[in-house]
Amino acid sequence: MLAVSVRRGVENKILFSAKDLCTWFELRRWGFFRVGSVKAVDGVSFELRRGETITIVGESGCGKSTLAKTILGLCLPARGELNFDGKRLNGLNTRQMRSHRSKIGYIQQDPYGALPPFMTVRRILEEPLRINKTGKKEEMKRRVREVLAEVKLTPVEDFIDKFPHMLSGGQQQRVVIARSIVMKPRLIVADEPISMLDASVRIEILELIRGLQHAHNLGVIYITHDLSTVRHFSEHIAVMYGAKFAEKAKVKDILDNPLHPYTRALLSAVPKLDPANVTTFKEVPPGEPPSLLKPPSGCRFHPRCYAIIKGLCDVESPLEFEAKKGHSVACWLYRK
Amino acid sequence: MKKDGLLRVEDLCLHFRTNKGLVQAVDGVSFGLGRGLTLVVVGEAGCGKSSLARAILRLLPRNVHTYTGRIFLNGVDIMKLGEERFRREVRWSKLAFVPQAAINSLNPVVKVGNQVAEPLLVHRLAKTKSEAIARAREACELVGLPGDFLSRYAFELSGGMRQRAIIAMALAARPALVVLDEPTSALDVLTQANIMNLLKGIKQKFKTSFILITHDIATSSELADIAAIMYAGQVVELCNASQFYREPLHPYSQKLIASVPSLRQEKRPEFIPGQPPSLLNPPKGCRFTGRCLSRSNRCEKEPPLVEVKEGRRVKCWLYQ
Ligand SMILES: Nc1ncnc2c1ncn2[C@@H]1O[C@H](COP(=O)(O)OP(=O)(O)OP(=O)(O)O)[C@@H](O)[C@H]1O
Ligand SMILES: Nc1ncnc2c1ncn2[C@@H]1O[C@H](COP(=O)(O)OP(=O)(O)OP(=O)(O)O)[C@@H](O)[C@H]1O
Ligand code: SF4
Ligand SMILES: [Mg+2]
Ligand SMILES: [Mg+2]
Repeated sequence: MLAVSVRRGVENKILFSAKDLCTWFELRRWGFFRVGSVKAVDGVSFELRRGETITIVGESGCGKSTLAKTILGLCLPARGELNFDGKRLNGLNTRQMRSHRSKIGYIQQDPYGALPPFMTVRRILEEPLRINKTGKKEEMKRRVREVLAEVKLTPVEDFIDKFPHMLSGGQQQRVVIARSIVMKPRLIVADEPISMLDASVRIEILELIRGLQHAHNLGVIYITHDLSTVRHFSEHIAVMYGAKFAEKAKVKDILDNPLHPYTRALLSAVPKLDPANVTTFKEVPPGEPPSLLKPPSGCRFHPRCYAIIKGLCDVESPLEFEAKKGHSVACWLYRK
Repeated sequence: MKKDGLLRVEDLCLHFRTNKGLVQAVDGVSFGLGRGLTLVVVGEAGCGKSSLARAILRLLPRNVHTYTGRIFLNGVDIMKLGEERFRREVRWSKLAFVPQAAINSLNPVVKVGNQVAEPLLVHRLAKTKSEAIARAREACELVGLPGDFLSRYAFELSGGMRQRAIIAMALAARPALVVLDEPTSALDVLTQANIMNLLKGIKQKFKTSFILITHDIATSSELADIAAIMYAGQVVELCNASQFYREPLHPYSQKLIASVPSLRQEKRPEFIPGQPPSLLNPPKGCRFTGRCLSRSNRCEKEPPLVEVKEGRRVKCWLYQ
């Protein structure tokens, strides 16, 4: 069973769920002439319990960041249902939406662009408190020091008055994380929190996020294109391909028994430290990821798939089949 | 084949002047490299990897304070060449460069094919424009960039295709040595695997030598014959790559290997606590002392980089 639930002896409550979520961008020429729509998220469903992490993995451009932004209310879904903490999010007004957003911490892609260069760490961390009008000045000051200590930027004095450029990449990312938790969120959406960082600091940052998660029983939606660290830092994985989920299961089930041909390709491409690599070539599926403006017919992976069933895969979009309890896969090979 | 047959770098230094003092980005680096072999340079952010590349290619910023040492390419000390001769006879033709984050530096208003051809014209490696274009087309074919991509613009290409174009640019003049600075760290794993396959193929087919700079050790094993581990501006270990992967000797190298994550392993990867020292006033003795678990009094003196086992060089008192 899931690590956190076992520790607490109870199944955690569902914190967040998405059902058949779709986010489309209208593409217009000269501002009005409709050319088509980029279906960046196209029918995605999942749920997440408190204290757990779901990792969303997939190639560049498959729609991961758009999914994150839709969850945060920064993109409006064209269709589908979002539930957070027992409340339906669709159709909220602007004020309700802002209050919703403050309950979700956001670690955005690109840490170097994430911090405003002309603000000190103190200002950066006070900003969300100020915008959401929480507490008095003293209260704010205390909270800022508290989160700095939580992300281990100590002694606090050494960091609080610095500007982002005076900090290393890893320290900057700690500030981004501090900012994401300053409003005491229940959910954190971390969009590629480590991909711009040095390999040797990545583990440190992932452990920090994991520690905060355990301390506050947070749900985490972790977006990445690299699966090499996922075993240690996540309960579930959803593999995204061409704006849809190809496969979704517990971490161990996916790593030990990947079912979807795309998941298999992705796993075998993960770099392995092995001196024998010098002489062997990696098997990579041919072709490029699909266009989301004109996705391929049928299964979106069919033009690159080694297992394609002609006349089926290229015609009809596969449903999500439940191969095993809690392990679903959108591939015709597993049709019932 | 001699191990340092193609390139021999001796005591290379590159220091920058800043308003806070001298930054010792490259401080006494030496190594050799044979034809058809790949040297990987690994180390944490800011340890001087890109500065080393720039020093080898003589692509220097304005605020250089010290630029000394010897760089022999095919036996000729290219540090002694004048700027004009270096540009005409060495850069691009013999020694090419794929800079860090190059995929974002392609010109948005020039067609990709023309950009690949440009260095050939600028460095007078092709006599006419049509010859340059023809050779660019050849190079693009070599890196698996479809012919019709030559007439496209950079923004119409995926990250992987852009990186291929940049590699084509570096290969167009068939240089003997290509310096690759983090060629895949901005790409996702499938694209990364594709690019590594491509480089491996070129290495085998043309016996091109590479210097691959990266902080991703697992990926480095795709290409590496020799490994140089860099810490705070200096090489702390220099050995055959498989020795580094299997049995690292320097305490820093050991930490690096322990930090490599693995899909299959149950053991959690470790991280290296603390931070590398500032290159402004690096510690007098061994620069790793502050983070080293094996340090002792003698580490207050700087250890030399000396041969400790067959062909392995380590800069640490534990092995002297
Ligand atoms: N505002 C927008 N208007 C039109 N298209 C968009 C917009 N934002 C994103 N897209 C497109 O939607 C698709 C998905 O983009 P998204 O940023 O979600 O991908 P991603 O999986 O996060 O990629 P990466 O790994 O590169 O960050 C891409 O094809 C992108 O070009
Ligand atoms: N022109 C310059 N003037 C002053 N300092 C510089 C200059 N260029 C680089 N540095 C400094 O030299 C050190 C080494 O930088 P370099 O870019 O070589 O590191 P790196 O190992 O390539 O790092 P990364 O992995 O982040 O690319 C850093 O501390 C950097 O800030
Ligand atoms: S549905 Fe068909 S084409 Fe798609 S992944 Fe499965 S076998 Fe391959
Ligand atoms: Mg993204
Ligand atoms: Mg660099």
